[in-house]
Amino acid sequence: MNAITTRPWPAFLLRKAAELLLAMVALVVITFAIAHLIPGDAARVVAGVDATAEQVEDTRARLGLDRPLAAQFWDYLSGVLTADLGESFRTGQPVSEVIANRLPFTASIALFGIALTLGVSLALGLAVAGLTRGNRNPWLDSAFGWATGVVLALPVYVIGAVLIVVFAVNWGVLPAAGADSLYSYVLPTIAIALGPIASMSRLVRREAAVVLEQDYMRTARGRRISTFRQYAKHAVPNLLASTLTLSGLILAGMIGGAIIIESVFAWPGLGRAVVDSIIERDYPMTRGIILTVGAVAVALNTAIDIILALVDPRTLRAGKVLA
Amino acid sequence: MSAIPPIQPEEVPAAAARRSRRPGPMLAIGLALMGSLVLVAVLAPVLLDADAVGLTDDRRQGASGEHLLGTDEFGRDLFARALVATRLTLVLTVSATAISVVLGVAVGLLVWMLSPRVRNLVLTANAVAVAFPALVMALVIAAILGPGAMSATLAVGIAGIPAFVRLSATMAAPIMVRDYVSTAKLLNVPRPVILVRHVLPNLGEALLVLSANSFAVTLTELSGLSFIGLGVQNPDYDFGRLLADGLPNTYTQPIQIVGPSVMLVLTGVAAMFIGDGLAARSNPRLRRLVRGRRSGMLHRADELSQEMAAAHREQGGAAGAAALRVRGLKVATAQGRELVRGVSFDVAPGEILGLVGESGSGKSLTAMSAAGLVPDGVDATAAEVTTVGHDLLGPVRSGDLARDVALIYQDPVSTFNPALRLENQLTEVARVHQGMNRRAARRALAAEFRRLHISEPDSRGRQHPHELSGGMLQRAMIASALLTDAKLIIADEPTTALDVTVQAEVLRQFVAASGSLGAAVLFISHDLGVVEALCDRVLVMKEGEVVEELTREQLARGEVKHPYTRSLLAAAQYMEPSAEEANE
Repeated sequence: MNAITTRPWPAFLLRKAAELLLAMVALVVITFAIAHLIPGDAARVVAGVDATAEQVEDTRARLGLDRPLAAQFWDYLSGVLTADLGESFRTGQPVSEVIANRLPFTASIALFGIALTLGVSLALGLAVAGLTRGNRNPWLDSAFGWATGVVLALPVYVIGAVLIVVFAVNWGVLPAAGADSLYSYVLPTIAIALGPIASMSRLVRREAAVVLEQDYMRTARGRRISTFRQYAKHAVPNLLASTLTLSGLILAGMIGGAIIIESVFAWPGLGRAVVDSIIERDYPMTRGIILTVGAVAVALNTAIDIILALVDPRTLRAGKVLA
Repeated sequence: MSAIPPIQPEEVPAAAARRSRRPGPMLAIGLALMGSLVLVAVLAPVLLDADAVGLTDDRRQGASGEHLLGTDEFGRDLFARALVATRLTLVLTVSATAISVVLGVAVGLLVWMLSPRVRNLVLTANAVAVAFPALVMALVIAAILGPGAMSATLAVGIAGIPAFVRLSATMAAPIMVRDYVSTAKLLNVPRPVILVRHVLPNLGEALLVLSANSFAVTLTELSGLSFIGLGVQNPDYDFGRLLADGLPNTYTQPIQIVGPSVMLVLTGVAAMFIGDGLAARSNPRLRRLVRGRRSGMLHRADELSQEMAAAHREQGGAAGAAALRVRGLKVATAQGRELVRGVSFDVAPGEILGLVGESGSGKSLTAMSAAGLVPDGVDATAAEVTTVGHDLLGPVRSGDLARDVALIYQDPVSTFNPALRLENQLTEVARVHQGMNRRAARRALAAEFRRLHISEPDSRGRQHPHELSGGMLQRAMIASALLTDAKLIIADEPTTALDVTVQAEVLRQFVAASGSLGAAVLFISHDLGVVEALCDRVLVMKEGEVVEELTREQLARGEVKHPYTRSLLAAAQYMEPSAEEANE
């Protein structure tokens, strides 16, 4: 009766918003700190060893390091809030413009990867759990363990390289580089999704094995509904909660995969840009992109928590189911 | 109490223990592979350095006997380079992993020396850090320290810390409240000593597993940083650097990527297999406990027992009219142990038949088989099982059976699906098998709730099971039987899991509901008192056989013959002194 009248959602959303805000503040502080944590004289490091004293002072002014710390932070913070992240040291282009141009490429490949991972691992994990239930098909049990173990050991860039050799070089059916057509998405998406599919389908399979043994699955069988309906309607919702809780980590790792895979497929996204900016000591670019990618990751986690609460309302009160 | 008798492990414990101490094939392969890689790391730079870095005129050669993987644009032997790179790769990966493990475990244990408030703060921050992409964190550190092998190692090592903080803090939590730690606290043993002496050893196995997995991840990330140009710089080279050097030449000389790719995969697989192998060893699966086929099927008995059943059938008489008719039901495990040994009975329409016996007597298995729900791990055979006119030994129209037979289980909390709203579960048979639409089903369910005097009947269906008490859930389950006009209700100890205070009310509604439906009831219980109050007839089961059949009157008068029934009766009276007193 209380249960009907209490409304846990506002409190939950407030807590999530506070967590989100805190994480964002932490991101802003960390990215701001990058230039200050450089060992030694940051301006000298950035300007290069053979720079003249004048050049070093010039660099110091460009980095804003000649001003009081508080003023520097205020400038940065107000810049972040107005989407003004400064200009690239190298090209003079506004950083926010570069990000706006490149983010869609990274985001789309990560989203395709996440969709592929979720779809395949749910189906695969559930199928393996169902087929090996109660010691059925023990060979499948070991085959699954070995196969996922091997796939988990494959770095994305190795997968990418092999995919290029097979599909682009040998068969010539898919493009090896660039983002010119929808076909260009196929290989990078598969490359970043394979590892996460292996770990997530292991997770789903383990959780599903537990779920399938539950009394409520017997209740569902007692209603004599189709096997598909038993799995899709009764097992999946219970899997989603635990799977989503743990999959935040896997999906966060996928952002890392997306950044690296851009180097393999010459992808015009943020990953390649941030790597180049680090090599070239282009600080405004580096911190702008890291801030953006980090914010996306944090937002993704919050989104997962909210979906989790929609799927399984118990998490509203207890935090995370498995936390 | 469990509805299904536990299936005994068939394996001798000593054999199982011996098996668990022997490394599994995965662990063995992982260790052998890692051993060979370490050997390569030690020897290759000594033996092959000249081939690996010496510039020759054999540029961009394909694979040959002289150059197994060809040569690069400077005429360096790519096979030698791949092997020599093993040392730097392993050294960097081990260093980075060590940073993660040592600092992570240190922080994870040290938080237990902080006040609970500060500890929670640290662990919350750590939880956020765990969910943050490690590679992005590594990029931050690479941006601070600049590209290079050293900074990449630090970056990946530091980025791996939060996972170990979480593991060791979580693992330490239950240990910190264990008895011997409490005792140590009482004895004023300083906390650092407690942590090192009691907590660290308990971390061992889990830490080893996570370390092996972390090694694989670190390898991938570190080589990844080298691959994208932020790690090892020319002229040094690790696997990632070699792969990056080879990739631009994929079209002209695809063999260039073979060496570093294969080595990366081998190293990763070695670490992964060690981790999985260790995990499997420390957490042995239960799957070996039960051997043989586990069908969970209901079969027609073979000819011999069919003859026996025919004899049963002769005695049975009054065929056709029964709501439930079971002849010669046997249930056995895959190993052949008989749990139910030839049970035959009828339930007439409208009759309430009690099935009593202690746990393990086979009463739940009998009831579930009668509903066609043979659990996994056992096989059921029978000469006849006719449930509300459906021959369960032949093909059954599942929708009709689901409609006609309602099941009420022992533990309402576990038999409801926690993730689904009540109405989605309770109206499922009506919607799936009887084609009722969602809105009509919702209205019909609310009407049944009202009939059972369940409060707030209209909004109740929108709730999730965790919002209701056990008694309320059991009444909701009764409502679902009402909804489909069930002809047979099989109730497996429906009130055992409930508070004593609500048991009577649920039972009363259960009887009223079955009465209003005119449904037959198969009521399973271990409580003769309840059965006597409720049932028209009682079957007493012991060790898989029906040992006595009684009418309600016989039971009430204590006219029992079998000593087992007598002992059950005595136990029931002993447990209910209040009933005794009331009679006097």
